[in-house]
Amino acid sequence: MNESLFQFEIVIVGAGPAGLAAACAAAECGRRVAVIDSTPRPGGQIWRGQPRHSSSEARFWIERFHRSGVTWLEETSVVAASGNWLLAEHRNRPRKIGWEKLILATGARELFLPFPGWTLPGVFGPGGLLGMVKNGWPIAGKKVVVAGTGPLLLAAALGLKQHGAKIMLLAEQAAAAQVRGLALNLLCYPRKLIQGAVIKAQLAGIPQRCAAWPVRAFGHDHVESVELTDGRERWMEACDVLACGYHLTPNLELPRLMRCAMAEGFVKVDDWQSTSVATVYCAGELTGIGGADAALIEGQIAGYAAAGEPDSARALFSRRASAHGFRRALARAFALRPEVKALATDETLLCRCEDVTWGRVKSFGNWREAKLLTRCGMGTCQGRICGSAAKVILGWENESVNPPVFPARINSLLEPLKM
Amino acid sequence: MSHPYDVIIIGAGIVGAACAMECARSGLRTLVLDRSFPGGGTTAAGMGHIVVMDDSPAQFALTNYSRNLWIELRLALPRDVEYDACGTLWLAANEEEMAEARRKQKYYEERGLRVELLDATEVARLEPNLRAGLAGGILVTGDAVVYPPRATHFFLEQARLLGATIRTGVIVKTVLPDGTAQLADGTRITGGRLVNAAGSWSPELMPGLPVRKRKGHLVITNRAPGFVRRQIVELGYLKSAHSSDASSVAFNIQPRVTGQMLIGSSRQFDVEDGAVDHVILDRMLRRATEYLPGLTSLLAIRSWTGQRAATPDKLPLIGPSLASDRVWLATGHEGLGITTSLGTARLLADLLSGREPEISATPFLPDRFARGAGNHE
Amino acid sequence: MNDRIQEKEKTILTGSIQVVVNGRPVAVPPGSVVAAAIALAGITQFRRSVSGLPRGPFCGMGVCMECCVTIDGQANSRSCLTLCANRMDIRTDE
Repeated sequence: MNESLFQFEIVIVGAGPAGLAAACAAAECGRRVAVIDSTPRPGGQIWRGQPRHSSSEARFWIERFHRSGVTWLEETSVVAASGNWLLAEHRNRPRKIGWEKLILATGARELFLPFPGWTLPGVFGPGGLLGMVKNGWPIAGKKVVVAGTGPLLLAAALGLKQHGAKIMLLAEQAAAAQVRGLALNLLCYPRKLIQGAVIKAQLAGIPQRCAAWPVRAFGHDHVESVELTDGRERWMEACDVLACGYHLTPNLELPRLMRCAMAEGFVKVDDWQSTSVATVYCAGELTGIGGADAALIEGQIAGYAAAGEPDSARALFSRRASAHGFRRALARAFALRPEVKALATDETLLCRCEDVTWGRVKSFGNWREAKLLTRCGMGTCQGRICGSAAKVILGWENESVNPPVFPARINSLLEPLKM
Repeated sequence: MSHPYDVIIIGAGIVGAACAMECARSGLRTLVLDRSFPGGGTTAAGMGHIVVMDDSPAQFALTNYSRNLWIELRLALPRDVEYDACGTLWLAANEEEMAEARRKQKYYEERGLRVELLDATEVARLEPNLRAGLAGGILVTGDAVVYPPRATHFFLEQARLLGATIRTGVIVKTVLPDGTAQLADGTRITGGRLVNAAGSWSPELMPGLPVRKRKGHLVITNRAPGFVRRQIVELGYLKSAHSSDASSVAFNIQPRVTGQMLIGSSRQFDVEDGAVDHVILDRMLRRATEYLPGLTSLLAIRSWTGQRAATPDKLPLIGPSLASDRVWLATGHEGLGITTSLGTARLLADLLSGREPEISATPFLPDRFARGAGNHE
Repeated sequence: MNDRIQEKEKTILTGSIQVVVNGRPVAVPPGSVVAAAIALAGITQFRRSVSGLPRGPFCGMGVCMECCVTIDGQANSRSCLTLCANRMDIRTDE
């Protein structure tokens, strides 16, 4: 639909597992609900692509979403928020969306840490690459090295393999003992244990190494090989594609714009998934990196709470506690070793948008000063890539968020918001 | 009585930094204190426009003097200061504004500046993305743009090379009439003279100063090289700058050397909240698109606000304060801080050193409000 | 609205979407993003960075802005997120 002005009881930003679950819960209680996402199809990042490629869980929730009567506002990027209005952009034109209750489920993006050669074409985030492959990116027959950290590496390796890629190596920076700790944790979560076993079987045939990480990508105009290390020896892997990412970091821009209180780098929520801002709820990776399971449960709780159905929400509290246990295990399993935060040389680019080197940025004491004096973070991505890396490596807090939350045509900023 | 410093400057924005450079150059033992990092306040939020203005003879004198100092300095400025002598194109949308354009041209030329009067065709040729139907305008060559945070950094580096001491992360709570700065951590520093160069925060140090906050908005786009070639300002801007308490917007656009377009401007008095106001942003951008219809499809990547330090007569406060001969002011520059930083610094250093300034300091002396000599709105 | 229905029917009939990449026709499966079409056209360099270095899609999810190309005349369009549509005109920074 191409309308520009909307009003709903409950608006949900993000069409990943958390957003879809919230939408279904709220709509099934009879509320008028809309879901907004910048993507063309529901599912967020983790459930991208054609239905025939999706997991049964993804198909279940997406079909339930389509049956629920929720209004789906696709290709709609939230640009700003004011009072009870969201200002968004849809196909280069403004959209204004009014809400009584708001649920933020904007998920997470991959964390990237700079290393020499990371800006070469052919180097991708593993999750993002899989998403693009599900949307037609040609990978069949290509030699792929998957590296970095996190459960996404496994999902990416499997998914890429299913699409015909030759996975040369899966290198996880965490030590085997760390990751095994996660496996032991799986015993407490039967569903996860089954998933784990299935994954293990499918991974047969993919060379894997723990405690190994990439130090340099080589190539002229495109990646051709990657040098890896385990801290003792170094070796080269020839490849057509390098998929390297260091787990996930939450997309906090919108909650921060709305002045939601944070705790330990995530949005702070109460039992009802309510933030410090009245009528604004939050679910999924924004409250902690816990994967689809935690997102689905939190989403439902937020949806029921926003819809005024506390009993239905409360019924899910114990499942949420269980999912949060797994979430904590995840964080422990994939903690970053110091070596992967120290791969950049002075000549390595930190800011890809403005081509600012690590050497120039690291000498400053804080993000804002570095930004003003080097232009790092002043480019189109507004610090999402370099700022997240600087936060992890240097501990720098990023500054306040201003609109537009995502780059938007001037045209799309012309709708006034009612206060 | 001996002090470790002849002058202590509070505030390392572009004005404080320039003052530090000139005081150090004059042989004064100089200390600069800033609560955060240099150039991080209003300086970082501004447009970096070096412009000669003629709201009053004093304003013309200071901006012209100062602009000449920038021109003299330009070859010494490092590349990252991004000094670009692109000139200012003042636009007239109708005959009334065209009459103002002619008046302005005459005024400047009588004072030795080169200003071209342009008709509608010539304006369109210079800036093809402007809408049709404008009346004309004037081109003030000699005006320029810079990148203020880097200019501030350069001034402080010069000050340091000339012997000044710079301490950052230092919060000054109050200043005392004997030239003592009382710091937030409880310590005190006394100098021969104290200079309050804290811009829109200067009344926090000295309650009662005739300085008010005047909030402005800016938007920066993605790279669109050549979309405009020089700083463009609507002559209607002057109505906006003159307006008393109502909020106002005016069209103002600047090309950065990166090819990004910086779009302004807005004015609101006494709004403490620095959050971006969408109603103002909408008005400001609409005004801009009225002059540049193609602006609608450029990609905006960030908006932000800044607080100008405004005085009742639109002239800065430079010289001894009413409170004491030991406490001086270099503040209240409103929208001309970048331009007049160098002129302010020279005036201040001359006055502090007992030299005759190169332009009259009288219109800027803080005691003009006590005398009743200032031109109140 | 009629145009859209006709385009959809065309897709169903041929099973693929026809776009134009740098003036050359490329056929892609339905559900393909613009970045995929560019890759299928054999192009690995989508654009150049501010200092002239070759760049292509990186994050794959609309955050890094490295995949930006001109789509139907609109510059700075994210190719990793935009679905291909029939007769779409796609231009990279050549």
